Amino acid sequence: MLEKAFYGGKKYWGLLAFLGLLIAAGVITFLIQLNRGLTITGLSRDVPWGFYIAQLTFLVGVAASAVMVVLPYYLHNFKAFGRVVILGEFLAIPACFMCMLFVFVDMGQPMRVVNMFLHPSPNSPMFWDAMVLMGYLFLNLLIGWTVFGAERKGLPPPRWIKPVIILSIPWAVSIHTITAFLYSGLEARSFWMTAILAPRFLASAFASGPSLLIILCLVVRKFTRFDPGKQAIQKLAQIVTYALVVNVFFVLVELFTALYSDMPEHLHHFQYLFLGSHGHDALVPWMWTSQILAVGALVLMLFPKIRQKETALFALCLAIISAIWIEKGLGMVVTGFIPSPLGHYTEYGPTFPEGLITIGIYAIGFFILTVLYKVVSSVREELEAK
Amino acid sequence: MYDAGKIILGIVVFLVLITFPFWFTPALGNPDYRPEPELPAGKCVESREYMVHWHMDLLDQWRDSVVRDGNRMYVSGEYGDRYEMSLTRTCMSCHTSKEKFCDRCHDYTGVDPYCWDCHVEPKGQ
Amino acid sequence: MDESRRNFLKIAGCSALGAAWGIPVVRAIGKALQAEPAPGAFEGKRWGLAIDVQKCMHPDVVRACQQVCHSIHNVPQIDNPEEEIKWIWSEKFDNAFPDKVHEFTTDSLKGQPVMVLCNHCERPSCVRVCPTQATWKREDGVVMMDMHRCIGCRYCIVACPFGARSFNWSDPRPHIKPEIDPEYPTRSRGVVEKCNLCAERLAKGLGPACVDAANQVAGGEAMYFGDLGDPHSEIVRVLRVRHSLQRRPHLGTQPNVFYLV
Repeated sequence: MLEKAFYGGKKYWGLLAFLGLLIAAGVITFLIQLNRGLTITGLSRDVPWGFYIAQLTFLVGVAASAVMVVLPYYLHNFKAFGRVVILGEFLAIPACFMCMLFVFVDMGQPMRVVNMFLHPSPNSPMFWDAMVLMGYLFLNLLIGWTVFGAERKGLPPPRWIKPVIILSIPWAVSIHTITAFLYSGLEARSFWMTAILAPRFLASAFASGPSLLIILCLVVRKFTRFDPGKQAIQKLAQIVTYALVVNVFFVLVELFTALYSDMPEHLHHFQYLFLGSHGHDALVPWMWTSQILAVGALVLMLFPKIRQKETALFALCLAIISAIWIEKGLGMVVTGFIPSPLGHYTEYGPTFPEGLITIGIYAIGFFILTVLYKVVSSVREELEAK
Repeated sequence: MYDAGKIILGIVVFLVLITFPFWFTPALGNPDYRPEPELPAGKCVESREYMVHWHMDLLDQWRDSVVRDGNRMYVSGEYGDRYEMSLTRTCMSCHTSKEKFCDRCHDYTGVDPYCWDCHVEPKGQ
Repeated sequence: MDESRRNFLKIAGCSALGAAWGIPVVRAIGKALQAEPAPGAFEGKRWGLAIDVQKCMHPDVVRACQQVCHSIHNVPQIDNPEEEIKWIWSEKFDNAFPDKVHEFTTDSLKGQPVMVLCNHCERPSCVRVCPTQATWKREDGVVMMDMHRCIGCRYCIVACPFGARSFNWSDPRPHIKPEIDPEYPTRSRGVVEKCNLCAERLAKGLGPACVDAANQVAGGEAMYFGDLGDPHSEIVRVLRVRHSLQRRPHLGTQPNVFYLV
């Protein structure tokens, strides 16, 4: 099946070449980071996690969101998703891989990553995060390849794959819950010490992931002969809308607890985030942009007529992805550190090398995604021709 | 077969490249060269044969014993003597020069242990 | 591709993965080491420190403590405050004890410098989160760092409620001033470090260097070091007599560094 990826038109190879350039830039910058250390990033003693971990947090959500197509199709026989499930699974694979790459480039001693496996530490959420991410990557590879391989041969998938698919459903929820547990069990960081963090992660994942999937479906329809189907796209749009309602609700609920209780421990972080504090306000414009985009997109998504207009849907999905990328990434991760446990306000902004490495990793993800989607569309075109 | 000339040429090139480590030194290098680390007087914590083969593992075990178990005194298996388990203070109190001892074999075998990123080497002769 | 060739490659791949997992197992079954503690090493059940806040407020005391600690442990002096590495330093009382200051706190405490360091907590959150057990709590109470195992993920820094840990953002060696102490290793870039309660001195029957320095400069009874597990030790007697604080006790980490006010 993979041989389909070696044949393509100018646009296909052009895209891969462009991504290849970005990957090269990222790799070279990473080698510089290996040599000089993480000093080339904007991270600091007070803000030890930033852009890289923010991408991890966002992408785990995208990976988990495959469950939003798998569950309706396999558990509830929602036939319209039949042609789209593989796209969801083949999105989860590069998303998972990118998560692992972002952890890898964030480490001070990446060559020692094997220590996590030589010295397993069940007390650490990070250990479990690594395990479940690897497991989920493997699951999606197995499921995607087996089911799609069967489709290509014109056969029903083998019976043993069904329980594996069912397993992937709670597993998807678990990868994002465990990522949330990285943050929500730390008594040192009052901004994250909230039970609602895991539900918030899941809600934002189910809003941003399917949004990305909608965009990918529209792109696939434009550039290949494979049409995911209007019904599937519309159902995804409905899912995004509901998830976004829950996400906005959760944000408001968090704001209420912080504002009404008036507890400095909780209030300080929200104040810094939305209003600025002690003369530091780097994240304020970002947060307001994110919230306006989210609420604005939500209001518009509530109208079926707007959802059904695919140009509008495309723009709204972009808005939703941007809003959640900001809110979950920079908004959540960085704000946890400001103010620090000692009450200091040290701001953070990613540096240019940090950005290049990030772009390089995203390019690797999109490269894998392009290859996998090319296989899917080519095989489907071939089947349709018969 | 088709393209027989190109394929056979390709196989020959491949074989030459893959056996490179085996023929390069006898043909173009110095096959009789052996690294000569400068040995100080006296005896080491264990016998020479043992150290040549196991010094890496010994140092790993010393590291775990000192750092993780809190035990700093080594009892020599060969001689029964007691030594403090320390690269800098014990090993390098006799092997005072990294270039004249450690590097001799490490450079020859192309090994680059990162011990000295942290452990301070004495400015020995 | 031919079916049997595919199957062969699949099996070969899985075997290689499986063999790779077997290697650490084989190495673990190695020769056991004969080792024992150094002669004269301190033995304790629960090491702790008590710091007299007023006596240690004087800048000479803080400077002396930091100077000796940082020099005998090769702690680098990084100019960029965002990337600095410090094992012991002073913070304003308001920052070290945010739950203990109010509008009318006495000026003898409010805004005054207090010496802070790793608390070697009874229930350390840094140890809980480390994915490789590169940091762990020793039986005698010291929260240790294994620089060989640390992967530099900085999760421990994230989890520490006291800001006690520092990361090596670049190679520290050029920044070790005035010169490297050969008796103790340095760190490499990419690992986390913090106060180790002078574990290398405890192994020789000496107390932490900062305690000696503080008592020397402040004229005694400025810092106490001892076994909190020994009801007759000096530190326990002092803590029973004088009023003492812990940093952020409501977080439940149970710090073993006490502040005598």
